[in-house]
Amino acid sequence: MNLPVSHILLATGFALSLIGLWGMLTQRNILRIIIGFSLIDTGLHIVMVATGYITGGTAPIFDRALKVSDATIRAVDPVPASLAVTAIVIGFSVTAIMLAFAIRLYDAKKTLSVDALTESKW
Amino acid sequence: MKQAFSIAAIVMFAVIFGGVVAGYEQRQVLSALAQYYLVQVPTELGAPNVVTGILIAFRGFDTLGEVAVLFMVAAGVGILLGGTSGSGRIDERRKPSELVENGAEIVLPLIFLFGAYVIMHGHLSAGGGFQGGAIVASGVMLLMLAYPKSRLHHGFLSITESLAGVLYVSIGILGIVFAGGFLDSRFLPRGEFGTLISAGAIPVVSALLGIKVGAELSVIIDRFRN
Repeated sequence: MNLPVSHILLATGFALSLIGLWGMLTQRNILRIIIGFSLIDTGLHIVMVATGYITGGTAPIFDRALKVSDATIRAVDPVPASLAVTAIVIGFSVTAIMLAFAIRLYDAKKTLSVDALTESKW
Repeated sequence: MKQAFSIAAIVMFAVIFGGVVAGYEQRQVLSALAQYYLVQVPTELGAPNVVTGILIAFRGFDTLGEVAVLFMVAAGVGILLGGTSGSGRIDERRKPSELVENGAEIVLPLIFLFGAYVIMHGHLSAGGGFQGGAIVASGVMLLMLAYPKSRLHHGFLSITESLAGVLYVSIGILGIVFAGGFLDSRFLPRGEFGTLISAGAIPVVSALLGIKVGAELSVIIDRFRN
């Protein structure tokens, strides 16, 4: 059985996202919810990079292994990789802000359970 | 009831994702945009690493915005955690073990050296400003774990970061004056392909980016400590 590389990567990334989603929906601890968010984030980064794979492609860095002349034949798509860098930075920023809010909530409520946050329930 | 809804939501997402994976055909040829970048970055910009070339030259404005986002996160975390009365908690913590303290003495210089290497070789091999900055910040994290009493000099870090930001924008403006547009890296000579000092202004921008990201991430980590 010969699975294509991008299918393995796509399945892994989506599976990681689903684990994160499950964590966000079922856990009651705010820190675990934030970890779930990070897992969704990481999974989608893997999905993004997977869509850039070209059959038989190598990293888009020119050296002895990849000559400038056969760039368009043997290199993978560099655009998803550079978008993933952006996505990682934004994901990091959101996680940092969420953790800061978690610390403030702990200071106010002395617990990290979302069940203690009754004000925002309708 | 709630469990059933969660399971239903996850199953539905799994069906959608499964459909995407099943229907995806592995690509055989590059898109026109990717081909353009793969030809233009080595020939026009002179950078062997295409991803860094895209990030710093073609999408340079976006990278500048990202650094601004990081700056705002550092400021936002500072506002959120600034008022907490946590300054007394540090002394109650358990001392770091001897292993961590002595290990940090050996490993820390190497981590900072490796971070600087990754920043400076961003246009030649895998790496760049963001990645190297994150490595430097991880070294700062180890420093805080090994020496909990150590204090980061926030004034110094913010001056460094602001200077790097000002220089970054100045280089962008030099690109308008001497080359094609804002953050165009071609106003410096292209140099010999594949050497450390080549690819126009890309290594300079990469170094500034690394300094800025390293300082910002260190400030964010330090805010969480107190």
